[in-house]
Amino acid sequence: MIRAENIAKSFGDQHILEDINLTFEAGKTNLIIGRSGAGKTVLLKILVGLYPPTSGIVWYDNVNFTALAKKKVRDIRMQVGMLFQGTALFDSMTIEENVRFPMDMFTNKTAKEKLDRVNYCLERVSLKDVLKKYPSQLSGGMQKRVGIARAIVLQPKYLFCDEPNSGLDPKTSLVIDELIHDITIENNITTIINTHDMNSVMEIGDNIALLHNGHLAWEGSNDEVLTSKNEVLQDFVFASPFLQKVRNLHT
Amino acid sequence: MRLVFSRPEKMSMYWRETMRQMNDIGIGSLIIVILISTFMGAVMAVQISYQLGGQLIPRYYVGYLVRDITIIELAPTITCLVLAGKVGSNMAAEIGGMRQKEHIDAMEIMGVNTSAFLVMPKIIAAICVVPLLVSVAAIVSILGAYIAAVPTGLFSGAEYIQGIRSYLETWNIFIMYVKAVVFGLILASISCYQGYFVKGGSIELGKASTAAVVMSNIAILIADYLIAVLLTS
Repeated sequence: MIRAENIAKSFGDQHILEDINLTFEAGKTNLIIGRSGAGKTVLLKILVGLYPPTSGIVWYDNVNFTALAKKKVRDIRMQVGMLFQGTALFDSMTIEENVRFPMDMFTNKTAKEKLDRVNYCLERVSLKDVLKKYPSQLSGGMQKRVGIARAIVLQPKYLFCDEPNSGLDPKTSLVIDELIHDITIENNITTIINTHDMNSVMEIGDNIALLHNGHLAWEGSNDEVLTSKNEVLQDFVFASPFLQKVRNLHT
Repeated sequence: MRLVFSRPEKMSMYWRETMRQMNDIGIGSLIIVILISTFMGAVMAVQISYQLGGQLIPRYYVGYLVRDITIIELAPTITCLVLAGKVGSNMAAEIGGMRQKEHIDAMEIMGVNTSAFLVMPKIIAAICVVPLLVSVAAIVSILGAYIAAVPTGLFSGAEYIQGIRSYLETWNIFIMYVKAVVFGLILASISCYQGYFVKGGSIELGKASTAAVVMSNIAILIADYLIAVLLTS
């Protein structure tokens, strides 16, 4: 479980986040949604420790992550996997080397054990015959799947995904969403996804937090999205004329 | 700097990265160093012969002057100025590119001490390899002077070799290696710093790469002066 307690963040005199209180549960896909500029990425970076909060505390289970010394932060981070918006795969390394990298860095496994684990993770994300390829030789969707394989290779307790569907077609987006959702349940991971893809919200959003102008505007599950009367949520979910028509037909 | 030289997470990974950097800096720069050193020695021989021509100074002095100028000043300084351009810009661009593509963030989130993993192997590799390149530069420069001047009749081979073997001060060789180590440290650390803290897009990356070269060059020249004052006074 990860908990954000009274998180605020400012860059100079620009206030990005104010008084954010959220709990992200283990074994569930927790979504942070909101318009561009709402503060989603800043919140995600605060949660993983890339930005320090101006005020507030991030708790990893019962550990005050914000107050930890650098070395202790690294100990926690070894339990963290992250899928980046641009995948952040090392382009001079093969897919095998990319997925193997965290094991090379932090484990004393034999070469065979590492290769077995790499093969398992790649099979888990439905990728075959890509071991010796380079990231640039794969499609965007395949790169995302390699990113997921690398994120889960050390069996993390916490998984962060920054816009996992950006740049992907709707069908591939569904595959990625289902994959993240299944892995979350299988391994009882605390997964936090930063997205503005409404398909993801409706398909896999166990817990959803809507950010608006740096404030927490709404919190609930995907079942509650359609029934909520929250104006900010309605405005965000039914932003397109097409969805507005669907809603009108529905009601 | 404390983070850069903190304890590695996995020694074998750091060792592999250091070897890769040594190969990039050493083998990758060998041809340009040989080329520049050859012409450096050749030009020196021709110009010193021209300066001393018609005077009462023996011609074997050309060999002696070429050797000492090469060892004390030109081999370490010119080589490292060239390396700052070639290796320094490459280091800044490599680390800066990793910063922009979120590779550094990805490593940080994995728990890697990126300032150590990305910077320490480069600094160690530079400190080890730059003195070797400077040694090559010194030898090639002295050979270059021979090749340029002896066949053209500026002085005889025997005179040149006599000069090369005259009045050798081993202290000068020590100065050369001190300069090489210090310049290697300077060019690697400034270039890595410029790349590691780059912000923005490709224009900023280009600026960081240029700044790495310019600042390394300035720092090398200042260090050159300070070492000269400290070790020759």
